[in-house]
Amino acid sequence: MKTFLLLATLCCPFLVLAQDNSPGTIQGDFSFNAQTYYEDSAINASKVDEFMLMNGYANILYNKGNFTAGVRYESYMNALQGFDTDYNGHGIPYRFAQYTIHGLDITIGNFYEQFGNGLIFRSYEEKNLGIDNVMDGFRLKYSPLKGLMLKGFIAKQRLFWEHGPGIIRGIDGELNLNQALSSLENSKTMAILGGSFVSRFQEDNNPVYNLPQNVAAYAFRTSINRGKVSFNSEYAYKFNDPKGGIASNNYAPGMALTSNLSYSQRGLGILLEAHRVDNMDYRSKRGASLNDLTLNYIPAISKQHAYTLAAFYPFATQPMGELGFQGQVNYTFKKKSKIGGKYGTQVALNYSRINGLNGGHSVLTESGSHTPMFFSIQNEELFFRDFNINLKKKLSKKVKLVANYVDLIYNKDVIEGKNNGKNIHARIGIVELNYKLKPKHTIISEVQYLSVDKDDTYYQDQGDWIMGLVEYTISPHWFFAIMDQYNGGYTSEGKTYDAVHYLNISCGYSKGTNRFELGYGKKREGIFCVGGVCREVPSSNGFTLSITSSF
Amino acid sequence: MKNLLFVSAMVLFTISASSQNRTLPNVYLKTLDNATISSSEFDNDGQPIIISFWATWCKPCIKELSNIAEVYDDWQDETGVKVIAISIDDARNMPKVKPKVNSELWEYEVYCDPNGDFKRAMGVSTVPHTFLLNDKKEIVYQHTGYKDGDEYGLFEKVKKYAK
Repeated sequence: MKTFLLLATLCCPFLVLAQDNSPGTIQGDFSFNAQTYYEDSAINASKVDEFMLMNGYANILYNKGNFTAGVRYESYMNALQGFDTDYNGHGIPYRFAQYTIHGLDITIGNFYEQFGNGLIFRSYEEKNLGIDNVMDGFRLKYSPLKGLMLKGFIAKQRLFWEHGPGIIRGIDGELNLNQALSSLENSKTMAILGGSFVSRFQEDNNPVYNLPQNVAAYAFRTSINRGKVSFNSEYAYKFNDPKGGIASNNYAPGMALTSNLSYSQRGLGILLEAHRVDNMDYRSKRGASLNDLTLNYIPAISKQHAYTLAAFYPFATQPMGELGFQGQVNYTFKKKSKIGGKYGTQVALNYSRINGLNGGHSVLTESGSHTPMFFSIQNEELFFRDFNINLKKKLSKKVKLVANYVDLIYNKDVIEGKNNGKNIHARIGIVELNYKLKPKHTIISEVQYLSVDKDDTYYQDQGDWIMGLVEYTISPHWFFAIMDQYNGGYTSEGKTYDAVHYLNISCGYSKGTNRFELGYGKKREGIFCVGGVCREVPSSNGFTLSITSSF
Repeated sequence: MKNLLFVSAMVLFTISASSQNRTLPNVYLKTLDNATISSSEFDNDGQPIIISFWATWCKPCIKELSNIAEVYDDWQDETGVKVIAISIDDARNMPKVKPKVNSELWEYEVYCDPNGDFKRAMGVSTVPHTFLLNDKKEIVYQHTGYKDGDEYGLFEKVKKYAK
């Protein structure tokens, strides 16, 4: 396979070269992150034997007309703390060649793909989280007529430096009715229909149970738009996928339904969302855990916070079962209006609430079965609840203000697999001021406060936090920042933790696409999330160096 | 394995020794109405195009696009430049893109790249990442990150390539 790809990479450019004289183009990007680790008992940070750890990768893409080939070299020597040590090592886990002709797109080697919202299939990378479940095999995309797109693939999935055992097959079709049917071309209503089917083959060599070797899932979706109103919905079904363990041999099928309705016009946006997920953990290996070999992706139905303390207690989707709702209103008060002031004012309100299914997810075993009610909120276990308000206002030519208030309830037991028996109720206030000293010189300052509810019905976790940040930027090259997070100390499981400052300084230099950043200080342990998928990072103390570049 | 990288890189670099300017890759994106569009359809009648990668959760990205929005009318009058904003929000935040764009009063063309296909094809590893295309839709300038005031430097470049 490798030799074949190498040959393809080498030959194709020359074959195409024979037809015209342009040499094609080449591009690349590079990323390097390193950190030193010192022992620091005050924050429970440990040193590492290697003294320094690093993650790095580089992509090189060659493109000529309809042909593209690419490789990615990755290196973890050894992987940064918080990343799975199975990454330790280096090599080329990603290489592909792709050719497009008359609407047919052929990819051999590695590819990323998503069907619909990803409810039954999404192969993606999130380097910051150490997620890369890239596929390795063949993929075809074909558009036989305007408005119709067909995709199909057969491939295995990456697991660190190896592949999962499952062979994955998938097809997807999407039809844009307005583009495909000339009679609807000028219709004010636009409609898109889609459907997908995915199947995993994995041999059954379980000595006790008779497990299905082929496990399939299918999904249907629609998207309807008319003027200012949009509606999107997708339904997915997964056939039974017992894992073969005594405690986990569940023959119940899975389902997911997600819908959103939005209204938006200049200055106003309203969004309503709901989803119900039951038994939708789908992987290319039976019983795989953590973030390994995930085949599907259930988008989290809560706001993704951008400020540090607002993101302290982030929600992660529970694919085994949840029922969630979200609503959001964005409104801009016009310039020169009473509330808008001279420059206008933006306000955003967001509310989300997620609870467990009635009696838990669907179960079908030899000893019993359970099917949760489709819709049940009142008496169910609360997983997460977040109400937040965001205000953005330009006060003068030089000063901009952002204010945030977040009120959330976080079920640590469910989300992090802990056993405290109580939820955390946190309120977070944030103020950010941008002050423009000169056209290219700006000072950004942030003050954030997180307060946990001290009432006995709630778990106090680490108590209150306060954070301050001052950043000075000089366009286009420099930034300097100093940040401190302070915790007043707390008691957990009979152990007392002293008050501690997490002081961190950093500076960066960038020119064009080269960027260097050097930092020093303490980092607090926490959950680092992107798009509702999270990884835990331990506390650490040391220098960090990050370099990115592209050409 | 090492040899493979080495040989591939050598060959690729040799081929590209006389490399021409990069143009846009041909990748499928989603419009705000969920329809499919190809990046090869991007056009501005021979005037420069700014392509800016952003996300609803990325503070510097929003800052960059908001600051450009304040001067966008002037930029357009003077140079005819068009801004195309590519949201890399995934399925979780994609429904929030259209309301966000509307409430920010942005006049940009906005497309979604929910699984990072266009991002990968353009060599973008972090957002914000901004590209400038000339009249032939060749990439003539790019920068990553955003600091207040970066838009002045960008506009100087735009003026250089406006016809």
